[in-house]
Amino acid sequence: MGTRVSRIRFDNVSKLFPRGNGAIAALEDVSFEVEDQEFVTIVGPSGCGKTTLMRMVAGLETPTLGSVLVGDRPVRGPGSDRAVVFQQFALFPWKTVGENIAFGLKSKGVSRSKRVELISHYLKLMKLEGTEDSYPHQLSGGMQQRVAIARSYAIEPEVLLMDEPFGSLDAQTRTIMQEELIRITAANPRTVLFITHSVDEAVYLADRIIVLSRHPGRVREIIDVNAAREQDGWSARAIEDVMETPSFTHLRAQVWKLLREQMSGASE
Amino acid sequence: MALTQDPRPTTRWAATPSSGELVCLSLGGAVIFFGSWQLIAMSGLVSQYVLPSPLTVLAQIYQLEAEPFAGFLLHQHLLSSLERFLLGFLLAAVLGIPLGLIMGRYRMLDEIVTPLFEAYRYVAPLAWVPFAALWFGTGIGGPVMVIFTGAFAPCVINAYRGARFVERYLIEAAQTLGASNLRIMREVLLPGALPSIVAGLRVSAGLGWQSLIGAELIVVSSGLGYVMVQGQSNLAPDIVMSAMLVIGVVGLCIDVALRAAERWLSRRWGRV
Repeated sequence: MGTRVSRIRFDNVSKLFPRGNGAIAALEDVSFEVEDQEFVTIVGPSGCGKTTLMRMVAGLETPTLGSVLVGDRPVRGPGSDRAVVFQQFALFPWKTVGENIAFGLKSKGVSRSKRVELISHYLKLMKLEGTEDSYPHQLSGGMQQRVAIARSYAIEPEVLLMDEPFGSLDAQTRTIMQEELIRITAANPRTVLFITHSVDEAVYLADRIIVLSRHPGRVREIIDVNAAREQDGWSARAIEDVMETPSFTHLRAQVWKLLREQMSGASE
Repeated sequence: MALTQDPRPTTRWAATPSSGELVCLSLGGAVIFFGSWQLIAMSGLVSQYVLPSPLTVLAQIYQLEAEPFAGFLLHQHLLSSLERFLLGFLLAAVLGIPLGLIMGRYRMLDEIVTPLFEAYRYVAPLAWVPFAALWFGTGIGGPVMVIFTGAFAPCVINAYRGARFVERYLIEAAQTLGASNLRIMREVLLPGALPSIVAGLRVSAGLGWQSLIGAELIVVSSGLGYVMVQGQSNLAPDIVMSAMLVIGVVGLCIDVALRAAERWLSRRWGRV
């Protein structure tokens, strides 16, 4: 902490997709910065370009205008300094849990003995002991997403990009995974960009929340959560207690108001 | 058969017959087919030279194995056919599967190759026989090329389709985990497309095996197709039918083996 280095920077980024003879804007003039080891959640109405935004950081899309920088260098294609956790888990069904985690390590040229060591370390971190030789389809959804997170963490990326990672999990599993994520990122801090539909999730996880406007996506508001987190001691409490604190309910209402205004199209 | 232990109602045949029942049905079909054939042949309505009876054919198969016909014993003919088949089939798989996967991954190659390919696959493998003989000779090269032309297209098409059906996020996950294109091809596209590829190999094997017999009818001096030609010119329909029967049974065995491979794959990875 303390060193205020910008890890991700969007400079006036717009993204157009070709549609028929013309083009349709997904994002318009988006600028923001994410600090090193900061946890930023992104919320916005459906179709506001949240996923496109994340894909540009991952190097899976290129901006039409402006630039996306990661660690002061413009993004040119995917790379193992940025790991993605997909909503569909994206585990290789023909590889065991261990082989899935090893996949990115092999790309990085990590030696065999070091791979074994890292795999068991991250299995333990994600509470996945004993599943190393299982295939993904033998595990529950929550477990599969744990594997995906372990796989991303294992390549030790500077940036973790999470695209609605808990969106397809049931409510209880989702809550547990949220707590787990807080625990893991506290122990192994990373710069995280986390996209979600859930306002509660956005508030609970974030250092800062970026609220995007209705299509085409623009930055509507950036909300700081850290002050509230410290003030009401969120990190020491269970998720259901955090959600009872005045600071949480206040922030949740604030985000909801912004979203509602976007959804009804009342603003701008 | 454990029919008495079956808890399902007796009307179940309409829904899903058990594997035991399926075997019975297949066997029953074969018995009816060969039985009718034998009866028609024995009835004296048709001449022996037009339709030899199945028993005559079986006796002939035994005879072909006992003393050489057209230079070789039956199993030697079979082995030389199988050798050509395997070479042509493997060549088609080794070249066709990577080409299909690459076409599935790179749009540009797809656009270049697909029109040529669509035209090529409507040319019957037998049409290539004269060129095969001209370019690669009538030894092993020519027949192998004919099998190749028959087996190549399904390999390419199914690898291509399989690669197109691999979920995009799996390829993207591999990219973001730093995998090279070669590795994505080998560890993501190939296994992802495998069920479709194996289905394609079954079609390939069928077409290749058929083409082989066609090639042997024309160019070579051993093999099951050659046995048929020689049988025909010796006015021995029972020899022709013996070869046909062996061709059919071997073809069935190839398909059964590939189907077993298909089932094994889908069980192993929990997907069909």
